[in-house]
Amino acid sequence: MSELLKISGLHASIDADGAPKEILRGVDLVIPPGEVHAIMGPNGCGKSTLSYVLAGREDYEVTAGSALFKGEDLLAMEPEERAAAGIFLAFQTPVELPGVNNANFLRTAVNAVRRARNAPELDAVGFLKAVRAATKNLSMADDMLKRNVNVGFSGGEKKRNEVLQMTMLQPTLAILDETDSGLDVDALRIVAEGVQNLRSPDFSALVITHHQKLLDYLGPDRVHVMAKGRVIRSGGPELAKQINEEGYAAFLKEAA
Amino acid sequence: MPAVTETREQVEKLGKSSYEWGFETDIEMDVAPKGLNEDIIRLISTRKEEPEWMLEWRLAAYRSWLKMKEPTWAKVTHPPIDYQDVHYYAAPKKKDGPKSLEEVDPELLRTYEKLGIPLHEQAMLAGVEVPEGEEARLPVAVDAVFDSVSVATTFRKTLSEAGVIFCPISEAIRDYPDLVKQYIGSVVPVADNFYAALNSAVFTDGSFVFVPKGVRCPMELSTYFRINAKNTGQFERTLIIVEDGASVSYLEGCTAPMRDENQLHAAVVELVAMEDASIKYSTVQNWYPGDENGRGGIYNFVTKRGACRGARAKISWTQVETGSAITWKYPSCILQGEDSVGEFYSVAVTNNHQQADTGTKMIHLGRNSRSTIIAKTISAGKSDSTYRGQVKIMPRASGARNFTQCDSLLIGDQCGAHTVPYIESRNMTARVEHEATTSKISEDQMFYCRQRGLSQEDAVGLIVNGFCKEVLKELPMEFAVEAQKLLQISLEGSVG
Ligand SMILES: Nc1ncnc2c1ncn2[C@@H]1O[C@H](COP(=O)(O)OP(=O)(O)OP(=O)(O)O)[C@@H](O)[C@H]1O
Ligand SMILES: [Mg+2]
Repeated sequence: MSELLKISGLHASIDADGAPKEILRGVDLVIPPGEVHAIMGPNGCGKSTLSYVLAGREDYEVTAGSALFKGEDLLAMEPEERAAAGIFLAFQTPVELPGVNNANFLRTAVNAVRRARNAPELDAVGFLKAVRAATKNLSMADDMLKRNVNVGFSGGEKKRNEVLQMTMLQPTLAILDETDSGLDVDALRIVAEGVQNLRSPDFSALVITHHQKLLDYLGPDRVHVMAKGRVIRSGGPELAKQINEEGYAAFLKEAA
Repeated sequence: MPAVTETREQVEKLGKSSYEWGFETDIEMDVAPKGLNEDIIRLISTRKEEPEWMLEWRLAAYRSWLKMKEPTWAKVTHPPIDYQDVHYYAAPKKKDGPKSLEEVDPELLRTYEKLGIPLHEQAMLAGVEVPEGEEARLPVAVDAVFDSVSVATTFRKTLSEAGVIFCPISEAIRDYPDLVKQYIGSVVPVADNFYAALNSAVFTDGSFVFVPKGVRCPMELSTYFRINAKNTGQFERTLIIVEDGASVSYLEGCTAPMRDENQLHAAVVELVAMEDASIKYSTVQNWYPGDENGRGGIYNFVTKRGACRGARAKISWTQVETGSAITWKYPSCILQGEDSVGEFYSVAVTNNHQQADTGTKMIHLGRNSRSTIIAKTISAGKSDSTYRGQVKIMPRASGARNFTQCDSLLIGDQCGAHTVPYIESRNMTARVEHEATTSKISEDQMFYCRQRGLSQEDAVGLIVNGFCKEVLKELPMEFAVEAQKLLQISLEGSVG
C-alpha cells in the first residue's frame, strides 16, 4: 500500500455561536508508510483543526470529503478506535487531568490500546520497565510519573510528556502539533530524538511546526504549506527553508 | 400514589440495569403484618425475647414519633410515605440455630457468595467454631444482617479472647443489658428526629460492639445489610462503645435487590469514644438506586452520630455513597473531650434520578477540639446532590479548629450540586476554614483520554477516582478497591 493516510477534499466546520464556521475547505493530503511529513502555515489557517478532525474530536462537523487510514474510513471511527488503529495526536495544548496519576493514566492507556490491538497487557512490572526506559531516553525526571497528568507541568514538560505517551503507545501515525514550540534547545533535540527513535517502515509522522529547527533534525520527506483551510503547496524540505526566509506572502498571493 | 405500595406479586425484572446486586433470595420468611401500632412493637419485642425495659423504651419512642412530623428542610422530594403500608418485621424462619453447615439454609449461603462477603469458610457462617489457624487467615469479622435479623457473626472466639464483644444488638440486649441500657439513646436520643424516633420504636437488628479499655480490636469488624423481603422497612440499630485507649475499625456495606417500588430504610448508628479511644467507621452504601427512569430504589434516612466523650478521643467517618433513590444522612461528631478529633470523608455519587442530601455536623464543645471535613460530590444524569455541613463552635471550645473542603464534580448539564455550609462560632479563639470548588469533566479532558485509547467509561472512571482520591485513601484497602469499581459502575452511561 502506498498510502497510510489519504485525505481527499476534506471540509469541516465548527459551530460558532450557533452558525457553522467553515475552517477546513478541501484539504488533500497523502502520507505513505514510513514517511515524515511537515505542515506549515500561518496562524489560524486550520492546522490544529485538521489534527483534531483526524483524531475524531466531536465539535467539528465534517461536511464533505474523506479520510482513509490503512484503507479504512477514519471518519467513521470513535476517537478511541482511531487511537487503537494507530493514530496518536500530540496536543498543541496538552490537557490537565487533576487527581489522575500520570503513570496510572499511561498504563491504563497503554493497556487499553494493547487490548484493542490483541496484544497482551503489560503487568505492573513490565510497564514500569518500559516506562523507565522511555523517561530516561527523554531525560525526564522520575517524579513526573508520580504527578497528576500535566497538572503544574511547565510548557516544555508537557510537551515531553506527550512524546513519552507517543513512545509508549507505539502509533503508526503520530501527529505532532507544534510539539517543538516552547522547548529549549536541549529539549528540542531530545524530543526530536524521541521521534527519530520511532522511525521505521511502520511509523509515519505528520509534524505541524512553525520552525525550521525541528525539521533539520527530522529531515522530512515532504513539506506541505497550508493556508485558509487548504494545502496550497507541497514539496521537499527546501520548501520549509523558503518559508523560513521569505514568509508566507508569496504563497498566499499565488493561492489567491 | 404512596411510595411504598403493595404492588406486583412478582418483582418485575428490569430489562437493562447496571445494578449488579439485584437478586432475590428465596427463603422461608416469618413476616409480621403490615402497619405500625403498639401491638406490632410488642410483637417485635417478643420475637426478640427482649426484657421489659426495652419494650418500654420502644413504646416511649413510638409515642413521641406519633407527635412528630417528617422533616422538610432537606433538598429531596418524594411522594408521601405510607408508614402503615410497611412490614416492620421480617425474618428468615428460624430452625433452632444451625449446628452445622448442613443446617444453614443453602439459599442464604448462596446469597452471601453473591454478595462477595469473604465467608468462604462457610462453617463459620453457621456459627460452627473452626480451628485457630484457619481463623487468623481472614482479617475481617462479619455480621450479616438479612432483612430484620442478624444471621451470622464470625470470629466470635478470637474477638472474645481479646475482650471484644461483636454481636447482633438483639443478643446484646439479652446478654449485656447493662451496657446497652447505659449507652443506647445516649448519643441519638429517641426523639432526636422523626426517623430516629421511628427507628427507636421498631428497630429489628444491627450490630453491637464493645471494645474494653486499652484493647486494639485485632481485626476489622464488618456488617453487611441486605434488604430482601418485599415491602419491608429495614431499621437497624448499631451501637459501638470504645473505652479508654481502645480502638476499632468498623465497615458497613449495603445492598438490596432491584424492585420497582421504593423501600424504606431508617437506621441509627451511635458511637461512643472515651478518653484516647479511636473509632473509624467506614461505609460503602450501595442500596438499589432505582432504574434510569427513577422507578424504585431505597429511601435511606439515616441518623449517624458519634460522641468523643473523653480527651483525645477520635471519631472518623468515611463514606462512599453510590446507591439509594434518596439519601438523607449526616454522620456527625460531638467533640466533648479536650483535644478530641472528628473527621468526615465523603464521596456521594448521584446518577439518573437519584437525590442525595448529605453532609455532616461537627459540634465543638471541648477545648482544642479539631475537625476535618472533606466532601466530594459527583452528580451525573438528572440527579441532584446537596452537601449540607454544620460546624458549631461552642463558647467553651477555645482553640477549636475546623477545616472544610467541599468539591463538586458535574458530569453532563442536567444535574445539580449544591453546597450549604452552616458555620457558627461562639468562641473568638476558634478557627474555621471553608473551601469549595465546582468543576465539570470537560470535553477537552474526555477527548484527550479517548485520544489515548481510553473508552468513555474508563476516562470518567479515572477522572472520578482522581477526584475522590483523598477520600478513598481513608478506606481500608479491600474496601477502596471495591469502592473504585462501584464508582465506575454507578456512573455507567453518564457520558456520551
Ligand atoms: N470553537 C471555535 N469557534 C470559532 N472559531 C474557531 C473555533 N475553533 C477554532 N476556530 C478558528 O479556526 C481557525 C483555525 O484554528 P486552528 O487552531 O486550526 O489554527 P492553527 O492553524 O492551528 O493556528 P496556530 O498556528 O496558531 O496554532 C482559527 O481562525 C480559529 O480562531
Ligand atoms: Mg494550532
